Amino acid sequence: MKQTLPSIQEIHDSFDAGTSDPLSLTEGFFTRIKASKHNAYITLCEDRALQQARNLSIELKTAFQGKVPRQTHPLFGIPLGIKDVLTMDGVRTTCASRILENYVPPFTATAVARLEVAGAVSLGKLNLDEFAMGSSNENSAFGPVLHPTHPDRVPGGSSGGSGTAVAADLCVAALGTDTGGSIRLPASFCGVVGLKPTYGRISRYGQIAFASSLDQIGPMTRTVRDAALLTGIMAGVDENDSTTLARAPEDWVAVVDRANGDSSSLHGLRVGIPAEYFIDGIDPGVRQAIERAIEFLKQEGALVVPVSLPHTEYAVSTYYVIAVSEASSNLSRYDGVRFGVRPEGAMRAATPSEFYKEARALFGAEVKRRIMLGTFALSSGYFDAYYRKAAQVRRLMRQDFENAFQKADVLVSPVSPTTAFRLGEKSKNPLQMYLTDIFTIPASLAGLPAMSIPVGEDADGLSIGMHLIGPRFGESTLLRVASRIEGGLS
Amino acid sequence: MSLTCLGVSVDVNTEFEAVIGLEVHVQLATDSKIFSSARARPEPGNSVADEAVNKNTTPVCAGHPGTLPVLNQKAVNYAIRAGLATSCKINLKSIFARKHYFYPDSPKGYQISQYDLPLCEGGHLDIEWGEEGEMTKRIGITRIHMEEDAGKSVHHHGYSLVNLNRAGVPLIEVVSEPEMRGPAEAGAYLRKLYAIVTAIGVCDGNLQEGNFRCDANVSIRPKGVKEFGTRVEIKNVNSFRFVEKAIEYEVERQRQVILSGGKLVQETRLYDSQKNRTFSMRTKEEAEDYRYFPDPDLPPLILSEEQVEAIRASLPELPDQKRDRYIREFGLKRYDSTLLTSDVLWGRLFQESVALCGRENGKILANLMIGEGMRLVSSADPDETKGFTAKQFSDLALAVADQTVSMTAAKQILAILFEQGGEVGAVIDREGLRQVSDLSALEPVIDEILAKNPKQVEEYRSGKEKVLGFFVGQAMKATRGKANPALLQDLVIRKLKG
Repeated sequence: MKQTLPSIQEIHDSFDAGTSDPLSLTEGFFTRIKASKHNAYITLCEDRALQQARNLSIELKTAFQGKVPRQTHPLFGIPLGIKDVLTMDGVRTTCASRILENYVPPFTATAVARLEVAGAVSLGKLNLDEFAMGSSNENSAFGPVLHPTHPDRVPGGSSGGSGTAVAADLCVAALGTDTGGSIRLPASFCGVVGLKPTYGRISRYGQIAFASSLDQIGPMTRTVRDAALLTGIMAGVDENDSTTLARAPEDWVAVVDRANGDSSSLHGLRVGIPAEYFIDGIDPGVRQAIERAIEFLKQEGALVVPVSLPHTEYAVSTYYVIAVSEASSNLSRYDGVRFGVRPEGAMRAATPSEFYKEARALFGAEVKRRIMLGTFALSSGYFDAYYRKAAQVRRLMRQDFENAFQKADVLVSPVSPTTAFRLGEKSKNPLQMYLTDIFTIPASLAGLPAMSIPVGEDADGLSIGMHLIGPRFGESTLLRVASRIEGGLS
Repeated sequence: MSLTCLGVSVDVNTEFEAVIGLEVHVQLATDSKIFSSARARPEPGNSVADEAVNKNTTPVCAGHPGTLPVLNQKAVNYAIRAGLATSCKINLKSIFARKHYFYPDSPKGYQISQYDLPLCEGGHLDIEWGEEGEMTKRIGITRIHMEEDAGKSVHHHGYSLVNLNRAGVPLIEVVSEPEMRGPAEAGAYLRKLYAIVTAIGVCDGNLQEGNFRCDANVSIRPKGVKEFGTRVEIKNVNSFRFVEKAIEYEVERQRQVILSGGKLVQETRLYDSQKNRTFSMRTKEEAEDYRYFPDPDLPPLILSEEQVEAIRASLPELPDQKRDRYIREFGLKRYDSTLLTSDVLWGRLFQESVALCGRENGKILANLMIGEGMRLVSSADPDETKGFTAKQFSDLALAVADQTVSMTAAKQILAILFEQGGEVGAVIDREGLRQVSDLSALEPVIDEILAKNPKQVEEYRSGKEKVLGFFVGQAMKATRGKANPALLQDLVIRKLKG
């Protein structure tokens, strides 16, 4: 599907041509953001961003003589939106939670810092489901984000602000975070490109944790090439995050450029279709679009092979044990002592436990539900039955993928069984909401790279994303496939 | 009504034995914290209290959202050193786990510790106790794991304030087997462990600043019974003497409860050193469920055999080895040698002094240090910075060796050096403590004493030779310790017999 909004490359061309510059571009975004009703942003960094853009505009004219320094500053003057779970020194970071509504971190997330060093301008902090827990962006203490083109619908979650902002031209590209599908689902619902890299590719330092063994930062962009560009800048070992992997980032932009110019680049590629992912309950429109995309891949010379991921049926329950267990632990620091707001009642508390009861009441319903589930799953007497068992199943699921990747180079499926649903449609039924992520969760549990790439629309004009899953460190394959789809499938 | 305990009937005459296991938190002497680059201990020359509140923190140890722990390799090496020095097996793979509890000085709401797979397991310590250290025993060490310290809560004027300087300071927790049977064994275990961790340089050993803190698990059972009784944990006692006293109190309290037909409850108790009693802090029912699980922010700690062996090869002489060497080289008594080698500072002072005065005077040196030196230091206000130099001790040992001063005078000189400092020679001259070996000076003194004590003279002459000591003592007193004791004794005997 062809995007009409300019890519980063095209923006740089316009800087080179003198038809635009970082400052006017940035000002334009703030004008649109302020006029927009999407509720995509929680906090704007207007002064900071304009100052940055102004400096870049001057540098462009003076130091760089009108030519964008694409080698040294690949994101020169590119306005980005940052999901509000990523810290920026001196900028309020809320996680869309009442409990952090006044939290101003004293340090910047590694991923954001690397983008800014590359010349990016951070416009502000994007709305999300509270602590990244949700699939519709309805769980925000700052109100739901609206779908970019269908305001009665959800943008998907938890990176809903990121999805809408990219699709509605409220930033050039955005950072999302993905724990069980939080980049891929909103990318699919909003019709943008979303990439969740291999776990450990991008430092989590400065990413406020939901579930540490699953959380991963990734780009949400207008084009596959933009996603490749941002990922390459952010990836790589960070001494502040011991879980980053000692695997050098590849030149993913080159991978995309090569694929774009080479119609034979998918020749012989083995595309695996997991039997367990094509089940009853997938919307006919979604099924049709995915089948059409698979057909396209065949035309491109790919070989379609059936594969099986037999433990898929346990994915959602496994995920909802591991993720909530880690969440219950990660969120214990919001107790009103050091982090979190102290409500009136807490100040009158006579004992520490009364104090905590008051302070921790500020979490939203979904967050509370997950803290309670996680606390239960880790409790003595239940640990073996829940957490330990889930960890075992997780290993089996990893094994499933390893087996599948013996036969296939990439796996494809829908991102979600449906397109964007209506606001309120699933919010009363958590279980139904959890099933929205049924196809994205397994790759998260296995730590694998995965992408959402737009492949069409349903009868209501709602975007449909195809889900690509690669083996560990298989970002190149994903980007190559996504690039061909982007260029050829309209 | 007959009473039973662990299935055995008991009464006031029943002999009970204590079952004691110790958990010791040893603060590792690294410059930075276990998971962050913040300072872990005060600037050199400063005490903990000198450090500005919350100065030694980074976003990581303050628990800021979004921060991640990064393991301090030096702390790992120190923990391995401690493990090797206590004959533990070092696990080449160990896991960090989160231990959850809410308390204001725990910034993350959990403590990073080790649970299922600790760094070290299955070691032991050889302890000695009794008047002369004649009792010996091997005590098993179950495990040593690494963990971070919490911050410190300060309560004042109705407010509670938190200082995070200590949050994230690296600790090892050394867990013993429940193999000690009395307070003296527990004290000996603590002293030995302390001697080892300070000797190998992994702990500064400052007890006042909580570098070495002990929790004691205590239960009792009728002697001969194999099962364990209900266990009580006494928390956070930071002096060896208080641990002994707390256990002593607790053993007796438990005996009283059993003998009065009461039931012991599993609980955590605190020791009040002023009242010398323990009191309940919380019972098992009120205990927290720590909900341990592997910390997803920290990969498993993987070590190589080579790394461990390199650390083993770098270990210095351990206190037990040094004790045996001192016995061999200086002819010290085992107990004296233990005293000298179980304290890093005394050990170092001894070594430096002996280098100055020669090993042939090692025994005199040891006697000076153990007798008067240690007494002076231990009775002084710990906040004062009085002390001895190696030069002072070696000069004094030489003065004793060549009979310039008597041992008795040497003790007086030590006290003066300790209070006022200065040089040995100058003090001897100023105080006029040069040993008197001049018969003509001693004779009148002895004559006077004999004249004043005719009764004792009579006793001696009628065969009670023990009275000799009385005369020698009186003469020493009269000469302010300056008399050459051998000479003096000869002279007294001669006079008494003559």
